[in-house]
Amino acid sequence: MSGAREQVARLLALVPYLQQRTDVSLSTVAADFGVEPEQIRKDLGVLWMCGLPGLTPDKMIDVDFEAIEDDPDGVVRIDNADYLGRPVRLGSTEASALIVALRALREGSPESSYDVIDRCLVKLEDAAAAGTALPEVEVRLPRSAESYQHAALLEQALSTDRQARIDYYVPSRDETTQRVVDPLELLSAEGHDYLDAWCHLAGARRLFRLDRMQAVEVVDEPRQEHDLSPRDLAEGLFEPGPDDLEAVLRLERHARWVADYYPVDEVEELGDGRLEARLRVGDPQWLVRLVLRLAPAVEIVRPLDLRAAVAARARATLALYSQPTANAQDSGVA
Amino acid sequence: MAGLTAAKSERLLNLVILLLVARNYTTKEQIRALMEPYRASSDEAFDRMFERDKDDLRALGIPLEVGYVDKFFEDEQGYRIKRDAFELPALDFTADEVAVLGLAARVWRHAGLAAATSDALVKLKAAGLSFDREQLDHVQPTLTAEEPSFEAMWQATLDRTPVEFDYSRVGQTDVTTRHLQPWGVVTAQGRWYVAGLDTDRSEPRMFRLSRILSEVRPTGEPGSYAVPPGTDLRALTQALAPQQPDRTAVVLARAGAAIGLRRRSEVRATGVTGPDGQPGWDELDVPYGSQTDVVGELVGYADSVVVESPPELRAAVRERLTLVAAGAP
Repeated sequence: MSGAREQVARLLALVPYLQQRTDVSLSTVAADFGVEPEQIRKDLGVLWMCGLPGLTPDKMIDVDFEAIEDDPDGVVRIDNADYLGRPVRLGSTEASALIVALRALREGSPESSYDVIDRCLVKLEDAAAAGTALPEVEVRLPRSAESYQHAALLEQALSTDRQARIDYYVPSRDETTQRVVDPLELLSAEGHDYLDAWCHLAGARRLFRLDRMQAVEVVDEPRQEHDLSPRDLAEGLFEPGPDDLEAVLRLERHARWVADYYPVDEVEELGDGRLEARLRVGDPQWLVRLVLRLAPAVEIVRPLDLRAAVAARARATLALYSQPTANAQDSGVA
Repeated sequence: MAGLTAAKSERLLNLVILLLVARNYTTKEQIRALMEPYRASSDEAFDRMFERDKDDLRALGIPLEVGYVDKFFEDEQGYRIKRDAFELPALDFTADEVAVLGLAARVWRHAGLAAATSDALVKLKAAGLSFDREQLDHVQPTLTAEEPSFEAMWQATLDRTPVEFDYSRVGQTDVTTRHLQPWGVVTAQGRWYVAGLDTDRSEPRMFRLSRILSEVRPTGEPGSYAVPPGTDLRALTQALAPQQPDRTAVVLARAGAAIGLRRRSEVRATGVTGPDGQPGWDELDVPYGSQTDVVGELVGYADSVVVESPPELRAAVRERLTLVAAGAP
């Protein structure tokens, strides 16, 4: 019977909502409540049966059904419901969800926005039901002052429909390249801010992390049109490509997190907490660096040429340690 | 079903109105006499129906009070809804505040909490606020919570309900059952944690929600503990942050390489001759906190970076490289 609960929750908001607005169409009401117009018609049907105790005709709530009978643009009017002039206080879950969302917004905003967000927070706390425990929630979205400046410039490019030139650092190749991009959208997910853009250098759509941009410049060229659908972040940021190569990694117990952190296709327990993970890799250099960084807790099982590449990079590096440099003091430990 | 839902909605709304407009507590029998669906039911059916209806009202966040009809004779209990506890107080949100609320409503990418924010917004609309769809110039942060235990843990922190769950520690596969009085949840770098009193250890502890392998099971009543006054969740979460750098390594980096490392380093000298006899190296001061972490980072740059000092770090990097080099012919 949660259907009735939902309906009553909506009605308790609908009655004050309609009393605040004298000429609102059925379709607008439906959109504001996130339901179909037919649902609002049903809700009004219930409302029409309600009123003050005794429910004699003069005590019933009036609903003007004629105006909305076949017309979603018809105006919704009710009368005789003055005693339901205000919505119900915010419940603890509602208030908390909104308060935490505001705190996330604050974390992700430049300091100039703190004031307005803080005012909202104070007023919302007043709007919550008495005795509502305010949520103990800490939100940290790491973002540097540099990222704010980049974001501001990219927003400018978006709003004026310009291209942008960015110096972008790619950790897997440890290189910075300059690219011209057609910005599509700024978004934030998994703790980082991103620019979704069409990259002229790659000739493809790419996601760029704002904290990896070293310089941003708005270019006085109009953005090019691309027939692209909005990115759905629900699936995560990783998008497998047709050229991906399949790799199998062996993870020691304390590197199991790799399988949580990166999108893997399959994992197999090897006992003692060790794990074998199969994943698709777009850039082999990324994998070589990852394994160098985490070795020996992470090891490439397949493909063999990448496994050999890791060892070869290690030997080449080791050669640089064979003689002390001017300043180095070797401890003698091999 | 539709007819049943409508009939029940009607009964609940009429009950709310009755209790809201009454001047005093109304007894159960008076309520029955005033409401046709209750009158038409047998005594037993009415009792059951009335209990369920009260539960529904409470679930809707309606403050249903119970008290004595006559305060001098504590014999007859009645019900009422006090208007000031029921109604959303007058809100004077300014236009820029309303715009911020509209943005906040789009932050959650978690089904349950996204629904809770839109319910809150519907109430604010009912109080007369209008949210238009215009975009502020703002990076829109989003909060996701894919951990299955998130919603239950979130609710437990709001209700102050002690819980237990099966937990696997970082880097370990054995699973233990932990008991916690959850104080609050924390998100950092896209992951969620819960902080609270670990009642097995009598100490504050932090747990990563993705490592909770079971349901979050309540072990007591809501409201059965309080968060210690002065608890600073922010301070507690500092433990999550990487160790603060307190040491400095001197490394050689090839010109134009190790850019990630350079972003947190100072250049001591350029045009230095490297161990390969070539001059194109830069000497960097690299601050670091944990040797274990920095070894991996430095090895990750392979032959673009050579550690000069301190000697124990240089030795650790050599040792790591030797191990990896032996991994394949």
